[in-house]
Amino acid sequence: MQNLDAIINEACGAFAATNDPDALEQVKARYLGKAGQITELLKGLGKLPPEEKKTAGAAINRAKEAVEAALNARREAIKLAALEARLAEEALDVTLPGRGEARGGLHPVTRTLERIEGLFRSIGFEVADGPEIETDFHNFTALNTPDDHPARSMHDTFYLQGDDGKPAEGILLRTHTSPIQVRYMQQHVAKYKHLETMPEIRVIAPGRVYRVDSDATHSPMFHQVEGLWIGENVSFADLKGVVADFLRRFFESDDLQVRFRPSFFPFTEPSAEIDVAFMSGSLKGRWLEIAGCGMVHPNVLRHVGIDPEKYIGFAFGMGPDRLTMLRYGVNDLRLFFDGDLRFLRQFV
Amino acid sequence: MKFSESWLRTFVDPKLSGAELSHLLTMAGLEVEEEETVAPAFNDVIVAQVLEVVKHPDADRLNVCQVDIGSGTPQQIVCGAPNVAAGLKVPCAQPGARLPGDFTIKIAKVRGIESSGMLCSAKELGIAEDASGLLVLPADAPVGKSIRDYLDLDDRLLTLKLTPNRADCLSLTGIAREVSALTGTPAKYIDVPAVPVSIDAQRAIALDAPAACPLYCGRVVSGVNAKAPTPEWMKRRIERSGIRAISALVDITNYVMLELGQPLHAFDNARLAGTVHARMAKPGEKLLLLNAQTIPVDADVLMIADGEKPLAMAGIMGGEESGITLDTTELFLESAYFAPTAIAGRARRYGFGSDASHRFERGVDFGGTRQAIERATQLIIEICGGQAGPLVEAKAELPARKPVRLRVARVAKVLGVPFAAEAIADLFSRLGLPFAREGEDFIVTPPSYRFDIEIEEDLIEEIVRLHGYDNIPAPAPQGSLAMLPQTESARTLSRIRQILADGGYQEVVNFAFVEEAWEADFSGNTNPIRLANPIASQMCVMRSTLFGGLVANLATNLKRKQNRVRVFETGRCFLRDAGGVPVAGFRQPWRLSGLAYGGALPEQWGASTRNVDFYDVKGDLETLLAPFVARFEKVAHPALHPGRAAQVLLDGKAIGVIGELHPQWVQKYDLPLAPVVFELDLEALKHAELPKYAEVSRYPAVIRDLAIVVDHGLELQALLDGLSTRRPALVQDIELFDVYTGKGVGQGKKSLAFRIVMQDTQRTLQDAEVDAAVQHLVAYLQDAFKAQLRV
Repeated sequence: MQNLDAIINEACGAFAATNDPDALEQVKARYLGKAGQITELLKGLGKLPPEEKKTAGAAINRAKEAVEAALNARREAIKLAALEARLAEEALDVTLPGRGEARGGLHPVTRTLERIEGLFRSIGFEVADGPEIETDFHNFTALNTPDDHPARSMHDTFYLQGDDGKPAEGILLRTHTSPIQVRYMQQHVAKYKHLETMPEIRVIAPGRVYRVDSDATHSPMFHQVEGLWIGENVSFADLKGVVADFLRRFFESDDLQVRFRPSFFPFTEPSAEIDVAFMSGSLKGRWLEIAGCGMVHPNVLRHVGIDPEKYIGFAFGMGPDRLTMLRYGVNDLRLFFDGDLRFLRQFV
Repeated sequence: MKFSESWLRTFVDPKLSGAELSHLLTMAGLEVEEEETVAPAFNDVIVAQVLEVVKHPDADRLNVCQVDIGSGTPQQIVCGAPNVAAGLKVPCAQPGARLPGDFTIKIAKVRGIESSGMLCSAKELGIAEDASGLLVLPADAPVGKSIRDYLDLDDRLLTLKLTPNRADCLSLTGIAREVSALTGTPAKYIDVPAVPVSIDAQRAIALDAPAACPLYCGRVVSGVNAKAPTPEWMKRRIERSGIRAISALVDITNYVMLELGQPLHAFDNARLAGTVHARMAKPGEKLLLLNAQTIPVDADVLMIADGEKPLAMAGIMGGEESGITLDTTELFLESAYFAPTAIAGRARRYGFGSDASHRFERGVDFGGTRQAIERATQLIIEICGGQAGPLVEAKAELPARKPVRLRVARVAKVLGVPFAAEAIADLFSRLGLPFAREGEDFIVTPPSYRFDIEIEEDLIEEIVRLHGYDNIPAPAPQGSLAMLPQTESARTLSRIRQILADGGYQEVVNFAFVEEAWEADFSGNTNPIRLANPIASQMCVMRSTLFGGLVANLATNLKRKQNRVRVFETGRCFLRDAGGVPVAGFRQPWRLSGLAYGGALPEQWGASTRNVDFYDVKGDLETLLAPFVARFEKVAHPALHPGRAAQVLLDGKAIGVIGELHPQWVQKYDLPLAPVVFELDLEALKHAELPKYAEVSRYPAVIRDLAIVVDHGLELQALLDGLSTRRPALVQDIELFDVYTGKGVGQGKKSLAFRIVMQDTQRTLQDAEVDAAVQHLVAYLQDAFKAQLRV
């Protein structure tokens, strides 16, 4: 039986020396094939006397099992090695850049407008829109700014040319978003005229506006957002609450200082200018003018058919361009209208 | 309104620092826009008198001076100024003085001669640019007095950004009134007794347009010396208010205007004939103004005229020919009230304004007209001598000051916090607003200087202004909690922008006014909507397409070496349309426009480089429009390549165009390659629909591929339209998956490969019916399009 152990040892040695699956099968044949050593021994069992057959047979079968086990182990090992080799070969440079389209982005002022809309929506303000070529009536007269009112010189207005080459009568580029207020209130009143008490008006109106002005801090076209809340009981204190809350949320700064000081707009009374001061950053401690507001003038309400004794409310107007500049630290208004991708891509 | 703080403090002097005073004014609605100091910081400079001037022995340009500084002992000072002379009074910096520019004065030897101090020019003190010589002080300047005190150099200049409703603060008197109300400090106002009349000379006055000019005071003053010098104190005050000193008479009228808010005008009485009229301009009337312009005057302009000729545009500007000169000896002084409506807008129309028109169009105190002319007469006689004639006053109906009712409850309603009646009474008293009580209500009669108190809300603003806006609470807002609608069958503008941004496009915002050529080139528009007053010629017409701006963005970015550009804009376009709403004559649709240029993909290692083409951008549009499928039809468009342009149709309605920029514009706008552009109506993009469920088949789909060869010019759409009407019911989908031209398909032909998907929701399809269906389609294609089956 020493012979069997030698065969097992030899087979194991031969398997271990083989790295290729085909070669392994050939080595296997030497032991377990039709003329393999173990097969030959099994064939030789028949010649043995019956009393020896049983023990010899058992011993040969054990040897066969041992060789088969060694063979299987080697097969697995070779397979594993092959897999590992393949995996190693397939390895990528994961630091190479990914492929495909780059993302574009929204204009920084759009970002601001969407934030403003979102914040005001969260307290029930709808969003309204209106024409940019406006009538003199909606831009001025309905806003309590009759012809030759000195407040008109506050707005250097763009007028359209009529067929005769002269300024067209009563048509202009809106100088503010306030005419949207007028149109929205007119529609609201018409919509609810069958009710004894109309629902509250809570609306903001963003848009582009135009004034004859151009330098580092003024653009002939810029953005404004108008806000309006009219109800049976909306006060100046509410105006302060809403606007201060908005500014703190917008700048995500609970310690933002907000102050209101008297001002004048023909379409509000009392009127206020709103200043903010940051408690940190490069603008720390400086009062920055940020918006105008006030209680809607009774004449404006009357113009659209609202009884100022029954309804009362406030309006505000602010500059999203300026809010964007303060929010992101942009120092030149003109960058917003220049289309320079190197600037715009910073807001992706 | 610019003024000197120290002048204001002669009227009212509250115990507030300069900074506190500025803050007080700003928070009361008189915004301090600018604060300047009159002089930079320096010390130990005093008034000195030069006693003796001797040439420096060792220097040609230097003098050795003996200077009286009021100490009893003359000081020796070496001086290089050319105008130094014995007897002059000049500023002298003493040893230890620190001058602007961090320059310290020490006792020093100058070319061997000891000098204890320095005589100064205006520039050395930082108060003027003049460095040509010593600042010569008046002969009566007190020797030894600090120059800062003597010239009032610690004064500050404040500029108020006054809102148009606060005309009453366009004078020192008005500002003092306000400061007094805000601080409770009593103010001293100008109160001039009537000047004694010593001559009879006078001029009749006729109010021919009493609504425009209801009050006119005139007076002749004769025997004046127009060449008399303006006193230093007056000169200083008007110059510190930003008005140039010119001559005594002009300076006096300006001084009184600043002091009381009443603009005055002085005519040379010798150049006037007969009665002075305040009347509207006559047809064709022209006037040579003081600013040397000759103006044809419109009929709605109020004029001052005499019996023969126009003299002045009332309240706006005087005429050159009737104006005073240094030779004037007899003048006719005007102090009048011109109604704001008669003045407003006129100056702007002619392109000039004046301090007078600025005040009249906002409202001048008609209760102070006489006071102002008396004050001016007093100063003229004091400074220029002369005798006053009687004051002639013509008066029609002055503006009524209607009493305004204030309800205490309304104050609480508007402000959101209650105010006690006593508190309101106190605030009104401080403001000098006369009131009576009627039950709980206040009846307030606005004073003649207030033009901004007409309704209850105006009084409420006065209350809260004086109380302090900052003292009103800012509670969290309260309101009803109705939810806002959220329409699922509409997409928001925000969503549409986000899809494009996610697809690689960068949003831009361009001006709505553009170059006229852009309208012609990109829109074929030869009659654009023009601005009457454009800011520049390249911004003179309203855009009817967004293309121009995007092409300009491309050019800008190419210049900045950005070679792959994808931009989009959403904005209104402007078209003439008689039926336009809501503004008649114009349609103002929102559009979305985009431009793609350069690589189809950003330059990267794993993709071959190819320039973006029509189909890339068409794909972007299809993504944007999904789930809706648009049709694309060839179109002629002025901006686009005629063979590479399509209009986009949704439900049969044209909603926009897409195409390659026309080679003509590619060349004109100097672009190396043609960009692909598109423009769509934004409203159409906002449409959305609720998803509708359809049953998903549980039976297998059968897929057959089919390749045919057709004429190269055949549009796929025609083929697909035909197939969709002829296809058997079991055919679910026909997709084009390959287009091939070239070897093997013959000249003028193309090969199209389709994938046909067949399926039934109720059963598994049989081979025979599948074959029959395909055969049916093939036969149709052969028949209708002369297609050859490709094998």
